[in-house]
Amino acid sequence: MAREVTGMVERRGMGLWFTHLLMIAGVLVIFFPIWLAFVASTVTQPEIVQPPMPLWPGDRFIENYTAALFSGVNVPVLTMLANSMVMAIGIAVGKIVISLLSAFAIVYFRFPGRNIFFWLIFLTLMLPVEVRIVPTYEVIAGFGMLNSYSGLIFPLIASATATFLFRQFFLTVPDELAEAARVDGARPMRFFWDILLPMSRTNIAALFVILFIYGWNQYLWPLLITTDPSMNTIVMGIKQMFPSGDDVADWPVIMATSILAMVPPVVVVISMQKLFIRGLVDSEK
Amino acid sequence: MATVDLDNIKKRFGNTEVIKGVSLSVQDGEFIVIVGPSGCGKSTLLRMVAGLETISEGELRINGQRANEREPMDRDIAMVFQNYALYPHMSVAQNMGYGLKIAGLPKPEIAAKVAEAAKLLQLTDLLDRKPKQLSGGQRQRVAMGRAIVRAPSVFLFDEPLSNLDAKLRVQMRLEIRELQSKLGITSLYVTHDQVEAMTMADRMIVMNAGVAEQIGTPLDVYERPETLFAAQFIGSPSMNVIEAEARDGMLHFADITLPAPSGITGPVMLGVRPEHLAPDPEGPIEMQVLLAEPLGANTLLHGRLTSGAGFTASLPGVHRVAPGEGALRLSIEAGNMHLFDAKTGRRIG
Amino acid sequence: MEKRVTFKGWLLPLCLIAPQVVISAVFFFYPAGQAVWQSLFIPDPFGLSSRFVGLGNFEYLLGDPYYRSAFVTTAIFSTLVTLTAMVPALFLAVLADRLVKSAGVYRTLLIWPYAVAPAVAGVLWLFMFNTRVGVVAWYLGQLGYDWNHVLNEGEAMGLVVVASSWGRISYNFLFFFAALQAVPRSIIEAAAIDGARFWRRFFTIVLPLLSPTTFFLLVVNVVYAFFETFGVIHTITSGGPQQATTILVYKVFSDGFVGQDLGSSAAQSVILLVVVGLLTVVQFKFVEKRVHY
Repeated sequence: MAREVTGMVERRGMGLWFTHLLMIAGVLVIFFPIWLAFVASTVTQPEIVQPPMPLWPGDRFIENYTAALFSGVNVPVLTMLANSMVMAIGIAVGKIVISLLSAFAIVYFRFPGRNIFFWLIFLTLMLPVEVRIVPTYEVIAGFGMLNSYSGLIFPLIASATATFLFRQFFLTVPDELAEAARVDGARPMRFFWDILLPMSRTNIAALFVILFIYGWNQYLWPLLITTDPSMNTIVMGIKQMFPSGDDVADWPVIMATSILAMVPPVVVVISMQKLFIRGLVDSEK
Repeated sequence: MATVDLDNIKKRFGNTEVIKGVSLSVQDGEFIVIVGPSGCGKSTLLRMVAGLETISEGELRINGQRANEREPMDRDIAMVFQNYALYPHMSVAQNMGYGLKIAGLPKPEIAAKVAEAAKLLQLTDLLDRKPKQLSGGQRQRVAMGRAIVRAPSVFLFDEPLSNLDAKLRVQMRLEIRELQSKLGITSLYVTHDQVEAMTMADRMIVMNAGVAEQIGTPLDVYERPETLFAAQFIGSPSMNVIEAEARDGMLHFADITLPAPSGITGPVMLGVRPEHLAPDPEGPIEMQVLLAEPLGANTLLHGRLTSGAGFTASLPGVHRVAPGEGALRLSIEAGNMHLFDAKTGRRIG
Repeated sequence: MEKRVTFKGWLLPLCLIAPQVVISAVFFFYPAGQAVWQSLFIPDPFGLSSRFVGLGNFEYLLGDPYYRSAFVTTAIFSTLVTLTAMVPALFLAVLADRLVKSAGVYRTLLIWPYAVAPAVAGVLWLFMFNTRVGVVAWYLGQLGYDWNHVLNEGEAMGLVVVASSWGRISYNFLFFFAALQAVPRSIIEAAAIDGARFWRRFFTIVLPLLSPTTFFLLVVNVVYAFFETFGVIHTITSGGPQQATTILVYKVFSDGFVGQDLGSSAAQSVILLVVVGLLTVVQFKFVEKRVHY
């Protein structure tokens, strides 16, 4: 996407600096909430409840984060981080695995009921879990899957977005590769494992980033089915840290938890920026 | 080493018959070229031999054994694809050794066979490269290497040179032929290029609309085309075909009269190859020259007969024609005239 | 589009597709069917039996002023969120597009909020505007403005809109930026030669070329505002004050889980199902086909 910079339509000098200035202002505004949360996570409770709170970090970083990670409010944040990690990775891996398999079946085989299955799967494309929460909750409760990882994960992998993506990708793989593999003696699963899977590497990685964030950021579903604090995920657990009634919230710990809740997805997005953007623009378009 | 027999092979997609019964016996070590225009069914025929398409009717025998129901891998064949179909994520060595790996050969043995094939194809220095780091010609060689590593009984080539530029094509044509005769492996080779067919084939099948128009050696087909289609498809520039009337032992077309082979009367198609025409002030054929294409070794003259039909002559050497020079008289030996039935297009003399 | 090559057999593909089919059936089709089924009944107060009421739940809902106001709230909310998330994003993308060399740096800085969960975003914004400790609320107070989103309905709506839009600005920025980068340079130069100045060029040339992206983002942002902002609303306002921020999805939750009114909640789910269906159709028909230059 690199473009030649020079040319009559580029603004120079003052104009360029002005553009930078606007851009920096925009970035600062966008960033401010995160900065404020970080500051709050490094100061003492009295400094916050006596407004205005400082806008520069204090010296309580280690104390506040230790308190959050190992004691938290209802449950140590470390536990919630672990739960979130299991849920996010479970959703990402689970969805990728079942989608790869079903996309492979749909693209490379003709079998009875193929079209029906195809449409059944694609009906699930756009209906978010938020719309069918009560009956889904009842299903999970019926299976005794409340407060369990499987209860957190399964309802959220019942969607066809990833299947659709892999199907699109498989359709672009030249037919001759499968034919060459057949001539080489590869049976279907061998072809899948040796040829198709390695060729899908970048798509799998991009999808992993998107699904990881999707899973990590879930709120409503964990809120419903994890009544036991030790099963809370971090994103929904923050809200649980606010006291009911008029008690004063433990802001430094809550803000430290908020920062901790952002770190994994932000790290994933920033470190895999290229893949992520590609995956995003591909998957949504 | 193998023979391949096609016994009245047919292919139907739904109700459309795309291969209408082809029979052929390929001798051990023979190089067969299947040639025809796009859509004539030549690739489908090859893919049926490979086992990539099912055979709707007829029998395929490899080494005398019925092979219709066998999986591609069990037919002891290797195939070179038009776009090479190299596995993009594997190195050259892995690409070439993949079939052996699946067959469960021990690693050292695979490495030895790959190295041997690589040496034969001058790929030794490229074994660690990925396909996208190779030039078109190199990829072509890797595809060949993948085929010969497995020492199959039959080689199948599906337009393997059509993605190469003209110069490389000529070179690879020779290499493939040389390699094949060195290894002595029975080969079926599909192309739409009649020059490839002429230069490479032991025997060729000229296909048109799902039918084998003629099966024979290149010179057979050139000298005695069995059908009008084969006559026009093989040879460059392509054969002049003129509607003519045979009566009283003479052929009449435009205001030209030529002696006709005995026993033919009625409307016929007369075929005359441009290179068989000779300038002759007394010649019976008169042509208005409109355009000259000097090729160096010979000159193509395009023009019209007095009847208005288009006509081409290929004369040896340089033949300068001034624009509007006008008429040129040509003669032809009786043995170089081809007569076809006006209705069926079959050869009659 | 179909593959020419297919492998033989039917048992293997059925096994391959089985996990997805089973999971979809158990966790998607069965619950969705249940939603439709339950929407036709009213359970008795003890939950022991239920009475078939046909479309009664729907009739009741459509006559219910609270539900109708939730519809209006949702419409206002999603319009505001879509605008707030798209306009600044487009502006930033236009700026970044002009800063070719440093655009990558700005992009990296601007991606962050996308990774932040809506619920966490809610907590961050709540913290800034908290009536007791919020630093922004405090400074507003110093300026003589008494901020109180706990009591003031307009302020509550404003806060959830901003908190919901914040992360989406990053998302929309990425798409606008990619689209701007894809605008052929020669077109811009031709317009410049024709004498059009920057903003003139932007509105007459660039913006029309961006229309496919804009329409796509419009639909996606509306869908986001409808269904994915639950976390923001739950953390900041819990639908209040006086249901001023109760959007449809929030009402499904509060009626179904807090109010235990299963019939009504199910009927609301079915209505949302229809809304989603319509949006999907719009996305596929309209966005895919019509808006391509």
